[in-house]
Amino acid sequence: MLSKKNKEALFNPLSKDNPVLVQILGICSTLAVTVSLEPAIVMGISVIAVLAFSNVIISFIRNTIPTTIRIIVQLVVVAALVIVVQQFLVAFDYEVSKQLSVFIGLIITNCILMGRLEAFALNNKPWPSFLDGIGNGLGYMIILVIVAFFRELLGSGTVLGFQVIPQWCYEHGYENNGLMILPPMALITVACIIWVHRARNKELQEA
Amino acid sequence: MNKNSNSYQILYAAVMVVLVGAVLAFIYMALKPRQDENIANDTRNQILSAVHVTAPSERDIPATYEKYITQDLLVDAEGNVTDSTAGCAFAVNMKKNLKRPEAERLLPVFRCVLDDGSVKYIVPVYGAGLWGPIWGYVALNDDGNSIFGANFSHESETPGLGARITEAAFQSQFENKQLYKEGELKNVAVVKNGQKTTDGGDYVNAISGATITSRGVGTMMQQCLKPYDAFFRKLQSETEK
Repeated sequence: MLSKKNKEALFNPLSKDNPVLVQILGICSTLAVTVSLEPAIVMGISVIAVLAFSNVIISFIRNTIPTTIRIIVQLVVVAALVIVVQQFLVAFDYEVSKQLSVFIGLIITNCILMGRLEAFALNNKPWPSFLDGIGNGLGYMIILVIVAFFRELLGSGTVLGFQVIPQWCYEHGYENNGLMILPPMALITVACIIWVHRARNKELQEA
Repeated sequence: MNKNSNSYQILYAAVMVVLVGAVLAFIYMALKPRQDENIANDTRNQILSAVHVTAPSERDIPATYEKYITQDLLVDAEGNVTDSTAGCAFAVNMKKNLKRPEAERLLPVFRCVLDDGSVKYIVPVYGAGLWGPIWGYVALNDDGNSIFGANFSHESETPGLGARITEAAFQSQFENKQLYKEGELKNVAVVKNGQKTTDGGDYVNAISGATITSRGVGTMMQQCLKPYDAFFRKLQSETEK
């Protein structure tokens, strides 16, 4: 089930080969959904699901795909999968589908998906591809959650919607940092995380 | 077989598209009735939350709606009721409705009787946010002036920014605001924190970071409530009597 290679496919993306920090994929959606923690978590979960299943499908048909139109094939598979998920949500769990509505589009354009399909699923069997999808999705979600935590805490004074910065701080002149809500701070926060991450992992540092 | 020959590629692409298209079409057809029902229920839920009524569970929404929303009305620009058959206001498609010239527009009103016997009038509003449509339901007290509650929804506003118009913190600001000041329809404006309206009308605070969506809410309120002027005045004169 979990040979050494499979373990690497599952666990490497969490830190050493993290899609956001090391592969620098999925930055655009990291920027868009990290204003508060809740959408970040929902987005993370949906990307894990779509990434794992599109990896499996592409991996199953990898030997039939003509190399010249492989990107189109990948795109069709991802888009179809996302639409199917959305249709089922609207029919069976309308509340969740309302929360997810915007993310559906963002999942299709998420470069982690195309990146992983290209780099992994096209050359590997379905089971390792599935693990790779789960691993990369988790790696993406971890970063999303960290960034969203700091942005929500410093930008709105809340975590998951609950007020955590006590009222007396505001009475003594503390103010929420409006800049944290704006997109540039997502990039700066990600950059800070990359900085810390590289400082701790010497082998990732470029000369 | 040569996977890179032209005929293989074309065949592959054609088969794939037909296959995927068929699957998607089938799923859409199969799920459509359920989806429509969900969407209608969600609309009922939005209307109910404008008057602060929540159904005990998702399944009870139609029954709760029947209980509180006692009458559907269509009014004209003079404030006269033109239609009061059941479901006539609910059936109005606001998007298409707003595209008509102002004189031909249908003006739906939902009449609602709460547990304490008080009567509220709920008016639908529809407008544009940053990424897509926004809409809502504004409930007025029977004095035709003060707002009892408001509920806003959106299709694709940014989560954490524009999407916050759906949160209670924003919506509750509208409560007890007055549409009329000194007998004139001033509406409720949405302005930046710390600013005020210049015409003396009531206002609520915009959402910081979501300027366009907040402006959209303000414009939507202005545009959609204006044609009801005569209807609101009628309510006002009735309560004065």
